[in-house]
Amino acid sequence: MQFLPELTLLGAGLIVFIISLGKTSADTTRNVAIGLGAAVFVATLLSFCQTGKLFFDAYQVDLYSQVFKALIAGAMLIVLIFGGSLKGIDNSVRPEYYLFLFMSVLGLMMLVSSVELLSIFVALELSSFAVYIMVPMRDDRGNLKFQMEAGIKYLLFGVTATGFMLFGMSYMYGLTGSTQLSVVVEKLSLMYSQPAAVIAMMMVLAGFFYKLAIFPFHFWVPDVYEGASNETTAFIASVPKLAAVALLIRLVSLINGEGQVIVNVLMVCAVLSMFYGNLSALVQKDVKRMLGFSGIAHAGFVLLGILTFQITGFANALYYIIGYVVMNLACFLVICTVSQKGENVMIDDLSGLYKRSPLMAFTLAVGLFALAGIPPFVGFMGKFMILTSALKEGYLLLVILAAINTAIAIFYYLSVVRVTFCSDPEERVTISSSLLTNATSVFLLLVIVIMGVTPQRFVDFASTAVQTIM
Amino acid sequence: MDQLLINPDYPYILSTLIFLPLAGALLLLFIKNDDFARYWALGITALTAILSIPLVMAFDTSTSKYQFVEQVSWIQSLNIQYVIGIDGISILLVMLTTLIMPLCVLASWTYIKTRVQAFMICLLIMETAMLGVFMALDFVLFYVLWEAMLIPMYLLIGIWGGPRRIYASIKFFLYTLAGSVMLLVAIIWLYIFNGYSFFIPDMMWQNYSSTAQILLFLAFFLAFAIKVPMFPFHTWLPAAHVEAPTAGSVILASVLLKMGTYGFLRFAIPITPEATMTLAPYILWLSIAGIIYGGFTALAQHDMKKLIAYSSVGHMGFVTLGIFVLNTAGVEGAILQMLNHGITTGALFLCIGMIYERTHSRELSSATGVGKYMPIYVTFLTFFSLSSFGFPATNSFVGEFLILAGTFEYSIPLALAAIPGAVLAAAYMLRMLQKIVWGGTDNPDQSWLNDLNLREIITLSPFLFFVFWIGLGAQPFIDLIHVSVANLLDNYHAFHGQAMAVTDLILH
Repeated sequence: MQFLPELTLLGAGLIVFIISLGKTSADTTRNVAIGLGAAVFVATLLSFCQTGKLFFDAYQVDLYSQVFKALIAGAMLIVLIFGGSLKGIDNSVRPEYYLFLFMSVLGLMMLVSSVELLSIFVALELSSFAVYIMVPMRDDRGNLKFQMEAGIKYLLFGVTATGFMLFGMSYMYGLTGSTQLSVVVEKLSLMYSQPAAVIAMMMVLAGFFYKLAIFPFHFWVPDVYEGASNETTAFIASVPKLAAVALLIRLVSLINGEGQVIVNVLMVCAVLSMFYGNLSALVQKDVKRMLGFSGIAHAGFVLLGILTFQITGFANALYYIIGYVVMNLACFLVICTVSQKGENVMIDDLSGLYKRSPLMAFTLAVGLFALAGIPPFVGFMGKFMILTSALKEGYLLLVILAAINTAIAIFYYLSVVRVTFCSDPEERVTISSSLLTNATSVFLLLVIVIMGVTPQRFVDFASTAVQTIM
Repeated sequence: MDQLLINPDYPYILSTLIFLPLAGALLLLFIKNDDFARYWALGITALTAILSIPLVMAFDTSTSKYQFVEQVSWIQSLNIQYVIGIDGISILLVMLTTLIMPLCVLASWTYIKTRVQAFMICLLIMETAMLGVFMALDFVLFYVLWEAMLIPMYLLIGIWGGPRRIYASIKFFLYTLAGSVMLLVAIIWLYIFNGYSFFIPDMMWQNYSSTAQILLFLAFFLAFAIKVPMFPFHTWLPAAHVEAPTAGSVILASVLLKMGTYGFLRFAIPITPEATMTLAPYILWLSIAGIIYGGFTALAQHDMKKLIAYSSVGHMGFVTLGIFVLNTAGVEGAILQMLNHGITTGALFLCIGMIYERTHSRELSSATGVGKYMPIYVTFLTFFSLSSFGFPATNSFVGEFLILAGTFEYSIPLALAAIPGAVLAAAYMLRMLQKIVWGGTDNPDQSWLNDLNLREIITLSPFLFFVFWIGLGAQPFIDLIHVSVANLLDNYHAFHGQAMAVTDLILH
């Protein structure tokens, strides 16, 4: 029962593998995949209240990990629903695509439960390698090979970041003589005056910074977002970030006050992420690239919540990343629907979307306003609570810089909303979306508003979850 | 919490006013029928207006406490409350908002031809947000509504606006949002300093250090001065006004601009009295600059909406002048002038909208000489124009007189500097009026114009009623605000008395 979600995912992978051996129609594959996704989600809910340790204490099942598993499964299900027709993937490899998707999610679920360095590494690699393959699986219609470029970039940067991480882990083991996270961090906390300990910790963090796309490990983001198919980008932009934040909190929650050097480094990373992401996003023409840069900026905000080193700060970061994933999914839902044959969507392609598909235009507007942090949406509450907890810790300068970033960010979000609502469609086709996609977008809208207006319950729950690992 | 007063006769009246339009907007989402949308929006806004009348009836003019208070915990972990109430400073603005909204719906009856349903939803959401801003006593609640208002207003300008609507709406949004980000930091700072409370009355008259006060004041100033808009932050206003549809212009002029001056009265003065003292002279001279600049620029305009927009800059300069002379006449005049400006400028925008609906041009030259063919229209226009430059027996006269009286009490050179503004107002309004009513020998053919229909007369009549009511008998309005203003100024002077006493003690 404790391992049920992971087993379900493995089973799902097997079923898709069997499908990939024969020839099935696109619709069947799609329906099977959505059904399996729903089954995984149900499995995570069923094992929600489980606790325990597995595999010689390398694998911990607690409320914290189960919350993240449910979130990951939910986000995956939503991606499966709105990306269901896989417009950007060649029909012949669709079952394989689903196979890698499930394997990647399996890796992420294992990641949030891992409490031992090696199992963290294995889980991280499992999730990453599946995505490395998913990126170049985009069909090369029009002979644009940029998905290959994206795939190579993603792979090379990813392997480099993993190399850093592995190197850091070896230092940790050398310094503490253990690979158990609890033992490692306890012993490490006594020696933060030594440069070796600081370097070890920062190198391990680098691996997660890469997943979360925090400066200076963000270089892959724009090209991969642009090169990967819309569905893949929707997945990369949302689901792995949940897992990365989960593990980042697990690691950082164990650093104690002595690690001031690390705190300073994190601060610099957070601020640079915000400025770099927002300033670069200002000049983008491709919606996915823009969202990629905005994701870098948002990662900076999450880091700001994490580096308060308080339960409330962690809970706020958790709330923020959930909100971010929901807002991001809403935007990608629109991108996937607007894209006719799986091509990239330029900002100009959204012209007059209001007339072509009111619901999609509304979803996009709410998603972008929420990302920009305008009340009453979840983006504002998340931002507000993170700023509050950061100022409580006395980071006045950091808070001011973050506030300035909000003002910068609004410009590029607004320019997309402007195109959507205020320009004429100029002979562009009307958008049709399936009933299931419409229902999903309404669901996402409701979540964005409800989380924004009544954050109390969500934050309380996040605090409870975070407390289980402290 | 002793500043709060709960009226048992009307337990949920303020929440009803806030949420009724929102509920109306949500229901309207489901019905796609243009005529229904018009009648529905009119019904909801009219009902809100009627429901707001008991506020004035039951308002206790003998206390400066917040009345009709409702208090519910909203976000416990951060101690954020849903707490609303009104006092003498906000009641007139609340009434102005509720009463002007049905008229905005009426003014959009035929003006808005496309996407009527969405337009009415935006109007209703605007009403909710605007009322909430004036009633909120929790800083986060205030900020949420203050920012949330940008979205429907942006859509009103951006979708239903004129040819340069995209530029205007973006400029409006960016200016306002950029101005208020530092306000957010200030709010959080105040929250932490005040023992984790966002309750606004608790933040007032506290002993913050001088540096903190100056910084807080600057954060407030940036947010509110842009909203007012004060010279030199006014450049978004003409663009937004010109491009917005009539109802949008009316809301912008009558209600949105008042939020800036309301913010100064509600937050800047009570929370940072020391900084107010230090920085008031600069703001006063900025106000003078705004008055003169607005006047001269309005004099040069060929576009009627731009003319009124620049005149707004001048009029709002008078309001900030009145606020920062910090004496009873000045502040009371300023609050009254906020109301007056809402009535007069709103009505002028409606008048220009009516001529625009007929000629599809805002150019002054294409509207010359309509007096012969639209006698009722020019009668209305004349009274509103007279009111705009403060002709005696109209509402603005009372407000401007009080403000100038207060300014003379404060400093004579300052008052003398403001006088040309009043003269300029007469010059540009009479110039416009002369051209519209009579024009010259080169008038275009206006004989095809129809005079106002019944709906338009009904739209304008309430404005005219208030122009004369306030102009001839302003006492009931001043009674409403007097105690709160007196309390504000007493506290302000007491605070400085204390500060002086402490310095004396240290020096001797």
